[in-house]
Amino acid sequence: MFFSFATRNLRRHWIRSALSIIGIVIGVVAIASLGVMGNSINLLAANIITDVGDTVVVTPHTAIGGTFAGDPRTTVDAAIPAREVEEIRRAANPHRTIPVLQGADEVEFGRGESGYARIIGLEPGDIPVLLDIADGQHLRQNQAGALVGIHLAREYGISPGSRIAIGGEDVRVAGVLAERGMGFDINPDYAIVVSDGWYESHFGAKASYPMVIVRVGDPDAIDAVKDAIESRINRREDLVDVSDSREMLGQYEEIYDQITLFLLGIGGIALVVAAVNILNVMYISVTERIREIGVMRSIGALRREILRMFLYEAVILGVIGSVVGGLLSTAFGYLISVAAIEVATAGTTFGENFTVFDQSAVGFIVFGMAFGIGTSIVAGFYPAWRASHLAPVDAMRQK
Amino acid sequence: MSGEPILRFAEVSKIYPLPAGDVVALDRVTLTVDPGEFIAVMGPSGSGKSTLLNLMGCLDVPTSGEIYLSGQEISQMSDDDLTRLRRDRIGFVFQQFNLIPLLSAVENVEFPLVLTAGREESRLRAIEVMRAVHLNDALFTHRPAELSGGEQQRVAIARALVNDPDLLLCDEPTGNLDSKTGSAIMEILAAENREGKTVVMVTHDPGVAAYARRTIRIVDGRVA
Ligand SMILES: Nc1ncnc2c1ncn2[C@@H]1O[C@H](COP(=O)(O)OP(=O)(O)OP(=O)(O)O)[C@@H](O)[C@H]1O
Ligand SMILES: [Mg+2]
Repeated sequence: MFFSFATRNLRRHWIRSALSIIGIVIGVVAIASLGVMGNSINLLAANIITDVGDTVVVTPHTAIGGTFAGDPRTTVDAAIPAREVEEIRRAANPHRTIPVLQGADEVEFGRGESGYARIIGLEPGDIPVLLDIADGQHLRQNQAGALVGIHLAREYGISPGSRIAIGGEDVRVAGVLAERGMGFDINPDYAIVVSDGWYESHFGAKASYPMVIVRVGDPDAIDAVKDAIESRINRREDLVDVSDSREMLGQYEEIYDQITLFLLGIGGIALVVAAVNILNVMYISVTERIREIGVMRSIGALRREILRMFLYEAVILGVIGSVVGGLLSTAFGYLISVAAIEVATAGTTFGENFTVFDQSAVGFIVFGMAFGIGTSIVAGFYPAWRASHLAPVDAMRQK
Repeated sequence: MSGEPILRFAEVSKIYPLPAGDVVALDRVTLTVDPGEFIAVMGPSGSGKSTLLNLMGCLDVPTSGEIYLSGQEISQMSDDDLTRLRRDRIGFVFQQFNLIPLLSAVENVEFPLVLTAGREESRLRAIEVMRAVHLNDALFTHRPAELSGGEQQRVAIARALVNDPDLLLCDEPTGNLDSKTGSAIMEILAAENREGKTVVMVTHDPGVAAYARRTIRIVDGRVA
C-alpha cells in the first residue's frame, strides 16, 4: 500500500520525478564514465609500453637532458663515433653493448608499391638479443638480408622470402619481426632491420651511431653501469646522455598519474554536484509535502510508515536514475575509450583484442550506480525523517 | 465503562512563543470529559478552541500541565502508542478538512483502516460511512480538489468515523454546510453519541450546540 502510494506520488509529480531522475542520471554518468575513461587510458598505457626494464640507452648529448630516447625535444642529427662506442663497451663490461645505426631510405615493396621507411642497422649477433622473430629466420653473419617490422609486413603483404629493394638495392626478406610496441630504445614495428655491414656499405656511412644500447641483465646494476659510462665518457665535457627505461616509464607513469588525477578531480566535482543536485530535488519534494505528512500522522500513520513511503519514492527514483545512468555511462565510456584508443594506437594492433571493460571499469559503473541510489535515499530520507518527528499540528501548519 | 474520565486536563497551558511576545492560547485549563458525553466548545474566534481540541486529539503537546487519556498521562506515552491511539480510538474532523490531495475521496476515508486492516473490507466500510454522511456515490472517486467545501467536510467526517472511534473530536463540523445538510450531520453525530461514542465539537452556532448536552465556554484561553 505504501509502495503504490509512492508510485502514485511520483506519477502525480511526474515533471519533478523526471527532473530528479535526470539529476541522478547525470551524476551517475559523470562518475562512471570518467572512471571508465581513466581506467582505459591506464590499461592502454600498460598495454603499449614495452617492458624494457633492463636497458640503458646512450645518446649524443642534447640541450635538453634527463629525458628519454624518442622525446621529440631531443631529436637532433648527431651520432656517437665508433671510438666512443668502444669506450662505452669497456665501461659497460660485462654487459652487452649494442650500437644502433638508424636512417631512412626509399623502399620498394613489390607490386609497384614504395615509400620511405626507417632502416635500422644492427650487428647480426645483437639482433636476437633485442628482437624476436614472428616468422622466418634471423639474419646470418655476412649474409645480405632484411628483417621487416610486423606492421610494415602486414601493410605490404611481405613474408619471409619476399624481395624488397632498399634505395634500389635488392634484398631478400629473411624474417618478419614480432610486434614490440612502443619501445624505450628502438621502434622496429614500422622499420626494416638490416645487418650493420650491409647498412654501412649501402649508406656509405662511417661508423657512427645515433644510439647505443646496453643490455643490463640485473636491474640493480643499472645505476652502476650508468655511472661507469658517465664517468668514462663525460669526464671533461658532456658528450653523451645516459638514460634507462625506468626514467621513461617514470615519465609515462607521471603523465598517466596526472591524467588519472585530473579525471578523478573532475569525477570528484561531478560527485559533489550530483549529490547536491539529488539532495536538492529530493529535499524540495519532501519539504513540499510536510503538511501531507502531518495529516497522515494525525490520522494514524506511524513514523516508520511515513519513512517507508518516502524511502520507496527515493529508491524508485534512485534505481531508475542509476540504471539509466549506468547504461548511458557504459555506452559513453565505451565510445570515449574506443575513440581514445583509436587515436592513441592509430595503425597499430595494440587496440585489437583490447577491451575497456575489465573488472575495474565495471567497478566504476557499479560505484556510480550505488552512489546514485545511496545519495537519493539519504536525500529523501532525511527531510522525511525530520517531518515525521514534528508534532502533527506543526507539520500541518507548514506551508 | 468505569467511572474513569475518558479525558482529563490538569492545569494545561499552551503558549506559542512569537517574536512579538508569547501568545497564551490556553491558560491553565482544567476539565474532564466522561465517556459518552456530548460536549460543545464555544467561544470567540481566537479564544483557543482549536488549540484545546488538538491537545485532546494528541496532535500537539501542551507547554505545561498534564493530559490524561483514559487515565494515562500522554507525555508518558511513546509516539507509536499515541499514533495508534489516533488511528484506533480517536476520530478527528479538522477545521480545514486536511484531506490528502493525492487520494480520491474514498481512499481518504479508508486510509486509517488500510493502515491496519485489509484493503477490501476497508473499502466496504469506507463506502458504508460515506453513504451515511449523505455523500453521493458518484463523488467517491473524486479528488478533494474536485469537491465543494461541504462535500470535503463530509469526507472528513466520514474519515473520522471510519475506524469506529471512542472519542470523536470535530472542529466546526457544520461550518461549511447549509442548514439542512448541517442538521443531517448533527443527527449522525447524535446517533454516534447515542451508541456510546464520546463527542466533543467546536461550534459557533447555538443551534448546533443545542445537540450537545454540555457546553464548555472558552474566553481568552480560559474555561469560563
Ligand atoms: N502556531 C501558532 N503560532 C502562534 N500562535 C498561534 C498558533 N496557533 C494558534 N495561535 C494563536 O492561539 C490563539 C488560539 O488559536 P485557536 O486556533 O485555538 O483559536 P480558535 O478558538 O480555534 O479560533 P477560530 O474560532 O477562529 O478557529 C490565537 O490567538 C492564535 O493566533
Ligand atoms: Mg479554530
